Amino acid sequence: MTIMIDTGNRIAAKAAVMAKPEVVAAYPITPQTTLVEAIAEYVARGEYKGEYICVESEHSAMSACIGASAAGSRTFTATSSQGLLLMHEMLHWAALARLPVVMCNVNRVVGPGWNIWVDENDSISQRDTGWIQFYCSSNQEIFDTVIHAFKLAEHEKVVLPVMVNLNAFILSHTSMPAEIPDQNVVDNYLEKYIPKWKLDIDNPTTFGNIIGPAHYYRVRRAMQDAQLNAKKLIPQIAKEWMKLSGYFHGDLLEYYKCDGAEYILLSMGAIGAESKIAIDELQKAGQKIGLARVRVIRPFPVEDIIKLGKQADLVVIDRNISVGLEGALFTEVKAALYGQSDAKATGFIAGLGGKDVTYKDIETMCMKSMKGKVKEQELYGMEE
Amino acid sequence: MVQNSYMEHLHFELREGNIVSSKTLVEICFHGRGGQGAVTAANLLAAAALQDGNKGVQAFPLFGAERRGAPVRAFARISGDEIHLRSEIYNPDIVIVLDESIMDIVDVLKGVKDEGKILINTRKKPNDFEFSKKYYVATVDATSIALKYTILVGGMPVVNTPILGSVPKILDRVTLQSIQNVIRCKWVGKKDLGERNVKATQDAFDQTEVNF
Repeated sequence: MTIMIDTGNRIAAKAAVMAKPEVVAAYPITPQTTLVEAIAEYVARGEYKGEYICVESEHSAMSACIGASAAGSRTFTATSSQGLLLMHEMLHWAALARLPVVMCNVNRVVGPGWNIWVDENDSISQRDTGWIQFYCSSNQEIFDTVIHAFKLAEHEKVVLPVMVNLNAFILSHTSMPAEIPDQNVVDNYLEKYIPKWKLDIDNPTTFGNIIGPAHYYRVRRAMQDAQLNAKKLIPQIAKEWMKLSGYFHGDLLEYYKCDGAEYILLSMGAIGAESKIAIDELQKAGQKIGLARVRVIRPFPVEDIIKLGKQADLVVIDRNISVGLEGALFTEVKAALYGQSDAKATGFIAGLGGKDVTYKDIETMCMKSMKGKVKEQELYGMEE
Repeated sequence: MVQNSYMEHLHFELREGNIVSSKTLVEICFHGRGGQGAVTAANLLAAAALQDGNKGVQAFPLFGAERRGAPVRAFARISGDEIHLRSEIYNPDIVIVLDESIMDIVDVLKGVKDEGKILINTRKKPNDFEFSKKYYVATVDATSIALKYTILVGGMPVVNTPILGSVPKILDRVTLQSIQNVIRCKWVGKKDLGERNVKATQDAFDQTEVNF
């Protein structure tokens, strides 16, 4: 074991290389660039021996990953914002073709207006593609989650692509320490990927051919089952990793000081880490509020949200907006509660366009919700 | 964009029996110009502090693009515990000014805590600064030290590593030894550049003047 102090991007690259994907195909985009550059450095130093394909666009990056994965290879890529959106068609393809590609997405604003800072509209807008989606809050969590992602994606009960999200700059360009296990620990944890089927010239098959409604229905049903299987497996995989590495960042959610709480704050990504300080401060001031940091939004942790709703009223912070409605997490939390709990859910949209969200902002939002002064969901920090 | 490709070499074991007992959070803001290495300095300081047993450390740039010569900021946090803060630093405990001409155009004292400390690369003495009546001020002529050891980029003296030698004079959470260790890690295999930087930090440590 060694301690590595480095940026979220470079720690993600370290994890990706230690997972030994046979193929990496990527195209650079700020603020993901240093992630793929780091992998290129591993290639240059001879420490990464897989195939690194420099492609001409993100659409090609995902297409190359799809091809490689279909041929039975473990594959990895990384992107951000407009790059992720350019992949959109291929994201559906990878998921429907049941290819366990692993990808890091550095959450960046979608333009125009042109902006390279953080919000989560890029990945939130890809929720329906069939990809499993994690959101990290520290560099250690990025390392561990990239390793988990391969384990989960390739699990025979899942076989779906996995997206590991890290917030632009706040995580991608911030140096923090991460404990890096020895290579043999990762090797033992991630067994060799053996696909159930693959493109093989010695054993020709077809895939992705025309199918009628009845069979297509089955394809979708199987994807749904796989996502629901993932929901059960994610906690198990996280606990297995904890035994090996000592690190645990939560199951589908990470609970922080929820005992006896009458309100629970739900937040994601870097705001999820900052929220811990807000909860500390609010509890010091006598407020009965805890935190449930949402780590996974696909599969959505419906049962966990219902359980929270039976304990407390919920305050939701979204760093995204589904324009014409509200923040996506807010919508989904309410949908989970429907008919299951009388808990009140209120919330805020905060930090769009990279606007800083401090623990004091989070305290202010929570207090406003707890005082009953919020109807549904509000945009926070728009006073100026 | 910000690069810190060198950080790959900063794999190390934590020192046993470290010197640090305090768990309080220290927030540091570096002011410099694009290209002077403020981000590198923040990264190296965080790495050194980690080696000294501060379990929580962070270093980050002012998020976004930067241009050579334009005023830039970089930040470091040092804590005895894991750091959950992800927001920017608004009220630094320590301000480090790599280029004193910045002070004509940037209010480097903005938000500094009342008991805050200001470390400046300058030929002046701490009491030459009006604000030394209110703040702890430390000064060091890091530019001359960089020139002495020919620590140059594009012919310009680079003060980001030399000035780190002054930090243990104003902050007891990080040792000169650890700063020198991480500098050696950063320039491993780069001939004598690492050793020249190490000597520069020693000079800076010895030559730092304080008003407290």
